[in-house]
Amino acid sequence: MNKNKNIANLGDPLPVLPGHVSQGRFERVLRAGHFAVTTEIAPPDSSDPNEVLIRAQLFDGYVDAINATDGSGANCHMSSLAVCAILTRFGYSPIIQMSCRDRNRIAIQGDVLGAAALGVCNVLSLTGDDVSVGDHPSAKPVFDLDSVSLLNTIKIMRDESRFLSGRPLDCSPNLFLGSTINPFVPPVQNRVDQLAKKIKAGAQYIQSQYCFDLDLLKSFMKRAVDEGLTKNCFMLIGVGILASARSARWLRDNVPGVHIPDAVINRLEGAKDQKAEARNICAEIMQKIKEIEGVSGIHIMAYKQEKHVADVVKQSGVLEGRKPWTPQRIENEVKEKI
Amino acid sequence: MYQVRLWSARHSCALERIYNIINPAVLVFLRATTKIFGRRLDKPITLVERTVKQFFFDCQMCGDCVLSKTGMSCPMNCPKTIRNGPCGGVRADGMCEVEPQMRCVWVEAWDGAKRMKSGDNIKQTLLMFDHRNKGKSSWLKVARDE
Repeated sequence: MNKNKNIANLGDPLPVLPGHVSQGRFERVLRAGHFAVTTEIAPPDSSDPNEVLIRAQLFDGYVDAINATDGSGANCHMSSLAVCAILTRFGYSPIIQMSCRDRNRIAIQGDVLGAAALGVCNVLSLTGDDVSVGDHPSAKPVFDLDSVSLLNTIKIMRDESRFLSGRPLDCSPNLFLGSTINPFVPPVQNRVDQLAKKIKAGAQYIQSQYCFDLDLLKSFMKRAVDEGLTKNCFMLIGVGILASARSARWLRDNVPGVHIPDAVINRLEGAKDQKAEARNICAEIMQKIKEIEGVSGIHIMAYKQEKHVADVVKQSGVLEGRKPWTPQRIENEVKEKI
Repeated sequence: MYQVRLWSARHSCALERIYNIINPAVLVFLRATTKIFGRRLDKPITLVERTVKQFFFDCQMCGDCVLSKTGMSCPMNCPKTIRNGPCGGVRADGMCEVEPQMRCVWVEAWDGAKRMKSGDNIKQTLLMFDHRNKGKSSWLKVARDE
């Protein structure tokens, strides 16, 4: 059902296929059984929409969806909603990240409706970093909701067509709902329980924190598969492109929740060309992740390394020759195809 | 007090047993006082609740107590007040990402829940709480089915 048929542009919503919830391409890729690749855009410190498009173009033909971060690291940037609206206009499949740090339930529900109205089809629910780590440490932290109750909130809006207050919606937001998981930090043995909670609250896909430790991931995924969690939820595992051994150490020591084993850093340190070796490591990890049962895709986080995303995807071969939809292709091919 | 709070989560099993024994009596008492005195004793009762729970759990008086579902570790001590934690930023040694001197309250919670009979309650999704209840008594709320 195309609710927005009056708006004609590249970002026109697609018909909702049977068994799907959204009008977007990202859900189609996953439900068709393809191995999905997503990445993220760092929203610019600018009011120029072209900066968003220039950043997005780097990924053309190599990713199925692009996350727009929501004040990541509690630093101020262009809003996730605006980035997604710009990307949608040009036919990209953005994932709007919604963090609970800056807005209460009134603002968030308003943004959920606004995002859906602007053609955004995917949302990622996050609790968000604390304000103390960002560039405005004197700001008031909100945290009215957390990632689980936010998932539940959007699920209620979509499936029950109402606000939390009970007031009905005239048109519910068709959003593909996702959240995050970090299997690599304590309490490691309870992270699967946390995943189960998120799925129960509405998560249909998960994008994980950086994976540099395949053994930890394997034991996490084994438990998730054994408990049947991957039947109802697509697991996209996060990978990172490191810049150097030094920056890897910095990342590990300063960014909350990042776990990088010494072996990875030592390997980088011993390499002649650390940048190239970092890309090799990333591609190798991607190949190995693809082999793990229950994994549906990869989420590449390459802050300040965005120009290497396409190369790493190519090098890893995880797309197996499939070319994700890009704005350029629309001129030559039928739009309805994935 | 921080040390007592850690002790409480470590002794969640004993605290759960005590809670299960005295809870029915407390509820009967509170219902009786409500019948006799109405809401006139709300302030002193709230003060008692605040004192006891602050000592054992660093209670923040959110007015919607979930200690029995969170391994006897109060989630309102999380700097992000996460009710369904932990977040993904927990340090490798189990400390909080925001306050490195503090154990993550949710690492404590999952740990505490393991020792409790009804520990599986931690797997329930806790929805957002009602900010109007902040500072009010959870005991009275339960006793009066509010």
